[in-house]
Amino acid sequence: MAGGKKRADRRTGGRADERPVTARPPDRPTAHSSLRVIGRALRKVDAVSKVTGATKFADDLALPRMLYAKLLRSPHPHARIVNIDTSRAAALDGVKAVLTGKDLPIPFGILPVSQDEHALCVDTVRFIGDPVAAVAATTEEAATAALDLIHVTYEPLRAIASAEDAIAHAEPRIHDYGDSGNLHKLINLEFGDVEEGFAEASVIREDLFFFEGNTHLPMEQHAAVADWSADGKVTLWSSTQTPHYVHRALAKVLELPAARIRVIATPNGGGFGGKSDPFNHEIAVAKFALLTGRPVKITLTREEVFYCHRGRHPTLMAVKTGVTRDGAITAMHFRSLLDGGGYGSYGVASTYYTGALQTVTYPIKHYKFQGARAFTNKPPCGPKRGHGTPQPRFALEVHLDKISEDLGIDPAELRLKHLQPADSLTANYLRVGSMGLGECIRKVVAGSGWREKFKRLPHGRGVGLACSSYLSGAGLPIYWNHMPHSGVQLKCDRSGGVTVFCGSTDIGQGSDSILAYITAEVLGVDPFDIRIVTADTDLTPVDLGSYSSRVTLMSGNAALQAAERAREIILPHAARKLEVPMTRIAFAGGRVFDVENPERGMSFAEAVQSAESAVGTVGTVGSYTPPKSAGRYRGAGVGPSPAYSYSACVAEVDVDPATGIVRVPTIWIAHDVGRCINAATAIGQVEGSVYMGLGEALMEEMTYRENRQVVHKFPSMLEYKSPTTLEMCDVVTYIVEDPDPNGPYGAKEVGQGPLLPVMPAVANAVYDAVGVRIDEVPITPEKVLKALKHKHKGETPRYGPSAFPDVPWPEPTRVPPPWEGGDGKARDHAATLAGGVREERQH
Amino acid sequence: MTESKVAIAFLLNEEPCEVSFAPHKTLLEVLREDLGLTGTKHGCELGECGTCTVLLDDQPVLSCLVLGQACAGRSVHTIEGMAGAALHPLQTAFADLGAAQCGYCTPAFLLAAQALLAHNPNPSRDEIKQALAGNLCRCTGYIKIYEAVELAAAWMRGEHATAPKEALYGRR
Repeated sequence: MAGGKKRADRRTGGRADERPVTARPPDRPTAHSSLRVIGRALRKVDAVSKVTGATKFADDLALPRMLYAKLLRSPHPHARIVNIDTSRAAALDGVKAVLTGKDLPIPFGILPVSQDEHALCVDTVRFIGDPVAAVAATTEEAATAALDLIHVTYEPLRAIASAEDAIAHAEPRIHDYGDSGNLHKLINLEFGDVEEGFAEASVIREDLFFFEGNTHLPMEQHAAVADWSADGKVTLWSSTQTPHYVHRALAKVLELPAARIRVIATPNGGGFGGKSDPFNHEIAVAKFALLTGRPVKITLTREEVFYCHRGRHPTLMAVKTGVTRDGAITAMHFRSLLDGGGYGSYGVASTYYTGALQTVTYPIKHYKFQGARAFTNKPPCGPKRGHGTPQPRFALEVHLDKISEDLGIDPAELRLKHLQPADSLTANYLRVGSMGLGECIRKVVAGSGWREKFKRLPHGRGVGLACSSYLSGAGLPIYWNHMPHSGVQLKCDRSGGVTVFCGSTDIGQGSDSILAYITAEVLGVDPFDIRIVTADTDLTPVDLGSYSSRVTLMSGNAALQAAERAREIILPHAARKLEVPMTRIAFAGGRVFDVENPERGMSFAEAVQSAESAVGTVGTVGSYTPPKSAGRYRGAGVGPSPAYSYSACVAEVDVDPATGIVRVPTIWIAHDVGRCINAATAIGQVEGSVYMGLGEALMEEMTYRENRQVVHKFPSMLEYKSPTTLEMCDVVTYIVEDPDPNGPYGAKEVGQGPLLPVMPAVANAVYDAVGVRIDEVPITPEKVLKALKHKHKGETPRYGPSAFPDVPWPEPTRVPPPWEGGDGKARDHAATLAGGVREERQH
Repeated sequence: MTESKVAIAFLLNEEPCEVSFAPHKTLLEVLREDLGLTGTKHGCELGECGTCTVLLDDQPVLSCLVLGQACAGRSVHTIEGMAGAALHPLQTAFADLGAAQCGYCTPAFLLAAQALLAHNPNPSRDEIKQALAGNLCRCTGYIKIYEAVELAAAWMRGEHATAPKEALYGRR
């Protein structure tokens, strides 16, 4: 960011000012002087192209002779396909090709254990909107008209409308695999004897919660363009967060060698997890390109984006906790029931995540988790910002608010007294490194005036507090292997130019910029002079994708290693040329120089030339593999991370008892990011997370008319309510920097974690304001009014679920926690896997 | 299936422009498909999200709801015309503050903000919220956008302004 002096010039123009002024060498530089780029609020490297509209998103691409594809989608939630007649469509003017399920019979899916999707349904449709046929035509109008000419004969099947419905009806089965009937996944894990833990407790509390499903709603609709070249190669440009996994799925379904497929992730116009699966439309356009020899584009309508979904699982939860008088948790039993929709997607992982991270904030001595995911006839759920953890975090933090009231302890004090220690192992074998939650709580308590406000504001106004934690990337890859999770190649050429190649995908979070800042810090060059090449499976080494908040830590570490190796190559040759000992050489301000006599130096380009003259082309690689996780039981693969971020949040609310309308004027949030690589983008991620959390807290819901054939209630932006400028609250952001040894410069995640505490903080504030518990999000006026009515009648002042159905849980996997002499393995040998945990090897 | 095209002449980013297109096309489609100006985005094509905002006779409109033919003889401003030799102050402020994350809704916000500042050079925070209430952004939570509009407005009034430190560095 430029200093104030440059501002006046910027207003009046001058191209030179369009680029921010970056770090200059300090007056008296030393080899170990403070950071020059890291931590500053620089522009993102793509900022100018974003504000000029120059960034090319997938739908902005057009190629000569390009065809347009459209998908025909099922009008039935659950039906057998009896026959598809495409003859009239194929005969329509302008139509070049038509596809049905039998043309693409190989299944795919993001997880090796859930290869249950087809590009086009083969014999069964599983939700309204499930694609059954595709058309490619010379115009979008012709393709659309052709869809009307495809005649599909369906034999409707009973639709499974909810998770409870799936438990009650094992038949008809939505899929022919899964743990039991229409239950896709059943998990039962016990870390220590919870009954023993409950026996130690002074107070035992049990609560039920429900978290309604919601969706990502990225502003950009999914789009993809495929092109086939005469040398037998296919290229797919797509708005995907995971080009590597799309690459794998295309190779599998198209039966082409992966080397002949190139996937390029275009900049994503918002992702939030919704573009992390390989999708039907991506495979369909690639197949069309093969069939027609022409480029083919598809852009989904907004309605179709709702059908792609992969958003938050609707989750019913039961939590029972035993505490001592001072609030120490002696035992917790957590149950979750997830409504998964029609396909597996990331669902197995999502289900584990509803039980994984409860343990990393406050010590839990004995912990039991039971989780179930149901198949239902709705668009598939998957990973949305926070992936499977916002639901249990909502439950846990509201539950703790109730416990603190039961114990007569201030909710902030209760949490501060029982923080998970840094450098510790949890009951479920998650390794906590740096842990800044205490500082986060203190910041928001002081900043919000918590002590003056809690229980002291007039009726209708209240404050609520909640905390959370999130991963900085998953410790294990989706496909189990020993290869790095992120790779970087770095090229320094004799002009002084530096190019960084990495498979990571910028979805707006700024991952391209992170690569530039870290490389610039090490090599002492201007980050805006570095060329960043990302998300291209032909050109860049693999990065697993923009999910699980993994990119800054993992690709950042890979870039750090590559840049340090480049520095090591250049350093001795520069030192020799300058006739200065290597220990006195610094790289800064685009120069390589003697720290004791800064005048004695050379440009970075000259330094590269001296190295290139001596050793040849200067190029390096860097890679990152997370540390081995401690858990060795089946299921231990979900939850481990190189580092956990922490957040604390206070929400202030105004509740109108007459209408039930909840308004949130201000949220105070503190986030332990380890270290900011870029302060401004970190703040932006916090504010964006608070915004999305506020939407989930108050209004966002992906719901269906269950008695009317499971039709989506509102697949449009008009009716799917999300916060506009008029609903968004003020946000006061505190950055806590507690550097983690596993992060680049100590950095941890910031893109997802700050969403998590918002929903429970708002719910707790509503209770403080009007004395009713809304144990369900979104907290709509209708629910608040119902709870107020209960209160006035002298009934339980609450709105929320009242029962948790009987689930056919399997026998528990019993894992002794570390403090009971456990070694991370299950008692039962069959549930222990050597070499970490995986669901299944890639076949 | 081919309709005869219609031709119109209008002022596009202050320059005369003639274009022919299928008569049913919206201004959004004409800009993106017939003129190759892809800086104008779309999020719903139903008038719900504000992402396709352009200025028609200096007023913000949803280009997905305006027929191309209705623009004959009128003036249209798109994001492509916003920067001259240098960025517009709004663009500079958006870039400096990180008000563009994914950048997809950004052209629309910039144009809506430009229209606001044209008639209200010193808007309050509430006036900015009102003016931008028809534009959805899923990344930023709008806050960096408000701060950028306020900063740009100050620069355009000739003030020597800098972004608040908390906006860039948070509180510590």
